[in-house]
Amino acid sequence: MAVTHPSDVGVPGHEGARRDPVLLALLGTAFVIILFHAIGLLPLWLHRIPEALIPPTAEVLDVVFAFVQNDLGLIHITRFIAEGPLEFLLDATANLLYGKRRWPMLGPIPWTAIAAAAAVLGYYLGGWKMALLAGGTFIWTALIGQWDDAMETMSVLVVAAPIAFLMGLLLGIAAWKYAWVDTAIKPILSVLQTLPFFTYLLPAVIFFKVGPTAGAVATIIYAIPPMILMTTLGLKKVSPEVVEAGKMSGCTRWQMLTRVYLPAARTELLVGVNQVIMLCLAMVVLTAFIGMPGLGAKLLAMMGSFKLGRSFEIGVTIVLFAIMLDRMSKAWVVKQPEHHEKGTPWWQQHIFLLVGLAGFVVFYVIAQFVDVFAEIGRRQSFSKGKEFDVAIKSFLAIDAVNAVTEWLRWFLNVKVLIPFRNSLLWIPTPAFILLVTALAYWLGGRKPAIYGFAFFTLVALSGWWDRSVITLYTVISAVIISMLIGIPLGVFAARSERWSSRILLACDTAQTFPSFIYLIPAIMLFGVNDVAVVFAIVIFTTVPLTRYTIEGLRTVPPEITEAADMSGATRRQKLWTVQLPMALPTMAVGFNQAIMFAFFMVIIAAFIGTQDLGQELQRTLAGTELGKNIVLGLNVSLMALTFDLAVMAWTEKQKKALGLA
Amino acid sequence: MAPVISAKNVWKLFGPDPERYLRSMPEGYGFDDIRADGYIAGVRDVSVDVTEGEMLVIMGLSGSGKSTLVRCFSRLHDITGGTIEVGGQDIMSLAEKELIELRRSKMGMVFQSFGLLPHRTVLENVAFPLEMRGQDKHTRRDRALEVVRLVGLEGREDYFPRELSGGQQQRVGIARSLAIEPDIWFLDEPFSALDPLIRREMQDEFLRLQEMLGKTIVFITHDFDEALRLADRIAIMKDGAIEQCDTPDEIVMYPATEYVRKFTEDIDKARVVHARGLSKPVNGVAPEGAPVDGKATIQDLARQLIDETREAIPVADGSGNVIGVMQRSDALDLLLGGA
Ligand SMILES: Nc1ncnc2c1ncn2[C@@H]1O[C@H](COP(=O)(O)OP(=O)(O)O)[C@@H](O)[C@H]1O
Ligand SMILES: [Mg+2]
Repeated sequence: MAVTHPSDVGVPGHEGARRDPVLLALLGTAFVIILFHAIGLLPLWLHRIPEALIPPTAEVLDVVFAFVQNDLGLIHITRFIAEGPLEFLLDATANLLYGKRRWPMLGPIPWTAIAAAAAVLGYYLGGWKMALLAGGTFIWTALIGQWDDAMETMSVLVVAAPIAFLMGLLLGIAAWKYAWVDTAIKPILSVLQTLPFFTYLLPAVIFFKVGPTAGAVATIIYAIPPMILMTTLGLKKVSPEVVEAGKMSGCTRWQMLTRVYLPAARTELLVGVNQVIMLCLAMVVLTAFIGMPGLGAKLLAMMGSFKLGRSFEIGVTIVLFAIMLDRMSKAWVVKQPEHHEKGTPWWQQHIFLLVGLAGFVVFYVIAQFVDVFAEIGRRQSFSKGKEFDVAIKSFLAIDAVNAVTEWLRWFLNVKVLIPFRNSLLWIPTPAFILLVTALAYWLGGRKPAIYGFAFFTLVALSGWWDRSVITLYTVISAVIISMLIGIPLGVFAARSERWSSRILLACDTAQTFPSFIYLIPAIMLFGVNDVAVVFAIVIFTTVPLTRYTIEGLRTVPPEITEAADMSGATRRQKLWTVQLPMALPTMAVGFNQAIMFAFFMVIIAAFIGTQDLGQELQRTLAGTELGKNIVLGLNVSLMALTFDLAVMAWTEKQKKALGLA
Repeated sequence: MAPVISAKNVWKLFGPDPERYLRSMPEGYGFDDIRADGYIAGVRDVSVDVTEGEMLVIMGLSGSGKSTLVRCFSRLHDITGGTIEVGGQDIMSLAEKELIELRRSKMGMVFQSFGLLPHRTVLENVAFPLEMRGQDKHTRRDRALEVVRLVGLEGREDYFPRELSGGQQQRVGIARSLAIEPDIWFLDEPFSALDPLIRREMQDEFLRLQEMLGKTIVFITHDFDEALRLADRIAIMKDGAIEQCDTPDEIVMYPATEYVRKFTEDIDKARVVHARGLSKPVNGVAPEGAPVDGKATIQDLARQLIDETREAIPVADGSGNVIGVMQRSDALDLLLGGA
């Protein structure tokens, strides 16, 4: 690991690391193995673990699942839930939103009525701008001819998000109340948060039957963890005197919870709501992979047939929905209850509710007589997909553009990516594991190193080593490229207040987009190949890197930079010797997030065509190989966790050393 | 009369395993010894009784354990050692249900930093304890309005705590505890955020209430003047222990420890000490002339003392019976700061 530290001057904590015997032993052994391999003396069984030695984990898991599923009858329970209450709810919303022929047989609600109600809600939460955003999103969706797809997506979202919220809330309360629940839940949460989404999907399909129910279940499970965290955080933060005031008022335990704790934790709970909604949206779009209809499925189909114009339009719709949901729920977090002056009449206190209802009803009635107010047909829509296609294709065909993308594609592929991949694949498995362990040790110390060693050994024993290495190679390449882009961008932006807030806003917004969206520009520019995959990941991961670089640099205490100024440091010296070392722990959080995002994205990119774990995972979706699916998913998770643990441990250490913690 | 609150050898330690530590702790360990072992002594071996209708004021520097002691009385803290009886009942032995009942029916508390529920309006905050008692909406609304008016927050009923100033928030806290008319009242620096004028008003209101309703009050304050205005007895705390608990007269005239003496050093004693505090029982000699009121402070009597010609001045109680004689020279010494 020849990475030189950006500053050996300012950052304490690594003195003597070079002479650390453990580190030396790890690296030494790794190099000896590599050396033997290079001169062709390494026995084959040390290069890759022989097939015969690989335990049949997937098969064992399959047997276990079969037992739980059939012999213990779990499938009956899950199927009952799926076909009973869950399906009932999904059918009801499906009827209301896009007219599926199910109870209550009232839908579909006219798009104008929904848009009107949304605009009023937007106005209530955040004034004219929000009204425009909310109403505009629905109007755009209708006019562009994607209403039904969008409503299919929304019909799952409006069921999944409240359920995820409730379950997260209950689990969060349990984890806050009982220490053992907390201990039990924590590791599960960290695995869940790194598990690739394909691994959520297949069990959902198997246990909850194909279609919206499986999609809803996967979505719910995916969105629960942050709600749990926000709930415990909020409850822990309730001021002790408020709690004591509750006790002295003679609250029972139940009263304490419902009338003191939960209302007092309102802000955190609402932040949880925001996260639940955004994760649900991201996941609902991805459930296209298990054949769930909606915007995601449409996007998948359009991208698959290379209809870039339509893909782009769907992308815009998804992005608009994401921004709208994010802004509205955030506005709700900030909005505090307001009091009305004494004697305000009833209707005035509920003016927004009344106007919203009125708008809804008016448009509902109009829609009964004027068809376009109810529904905009395919022919009537303003979609410009075809024209767009032509435009994009002719743009890409311009010689100069073509030359640039072609060259980039060639250069990255032939000169960078493939050589890098081949050399990673060339390294013998034991040496690779030792190198990873050494890295974890160097970064985080003993504990992350032990975990890293164990995790990567498990990956090696899973029998999917080469594909795991290819996954890792894609992640590392993409993160390195996005560091080359994101960090300078962050450093530049941090120099002025104005640029910081602009770029931070852009990052915030970009982070609300469902990851799927990032595939669109990648495919547009590079077609279907490795470079497109890396490109998609790069756009996705540059966001957190830029963001945390800016935040890290901007939070360096002014006294410190002033001290540097007084010592006569130049701008560049100040940056390298003072600001970057101080910002490094925060930047590391961004780096960590970038790696996690990359692991997430690399799996989605399987859609473009990769040879890694994602590809295999996607293949399992078509069948019933639950064991294999889980093994593959855990491989991704284990690799991601190794980095997570090491980088976070390093961050903690640095923060302590710098007195920031 | 049986005390309303009776604390015997109460300990409250904060730390990993306080009960075991206390059991194994050597006799005579002080605050610093305990801290060296990684524990914080919130309350150290406190024994005190509060009788019915009494106003006990607890004083001491910040961090001396005043709030902790009061929290022990209401069992917001479980004590580490000793016993606390409220109304003759050991509160540590109460089941959860009985404790809730006790708090609902007997206790009220005003918190140092108010402890208002942020999501409730002024009126809803004040009505909260009534709501917990299961009163119906109308009754509790009427009652809450009444006390909100009493603390001078009329017109702000529908405000949320964050829309009020610190002093106003504090008054909401006071109103909330007033609403249920508790028999036992714990007040943790209840007037700290009020400006002097309102503070004075609130003190008067409290004195009036106590006189009228005969509440038992434990009152924490930083402010000696406030303590003197209100207290029947003052307890002075240091490092978790009560240094002295006595009437204001006794405390300023006969400080039990060096610490108390320092604490009371700057006080104008003539304003504190009452005539009855200086009077000695009559032994044989019949006092002459008109007696002075035992409840008057020496300062109140200043003019009369200077004009006075008698050396021994009779002192009478509220109903005019002579209870003793006060030496004029003693009183003058106190007045002129010579004592
Ligand atoms: N919950 C607690 N945990 C640990 N220490 C506490 C706790 N509450 C109070 N203390 C400590 O007990 C001591 C007394 O605090 P307190 O009763 O609040 O003082 P006062 O009210 O006289 O200012 C302080 O040293 C304080 O730090
Ligand atoms: Mg206090």
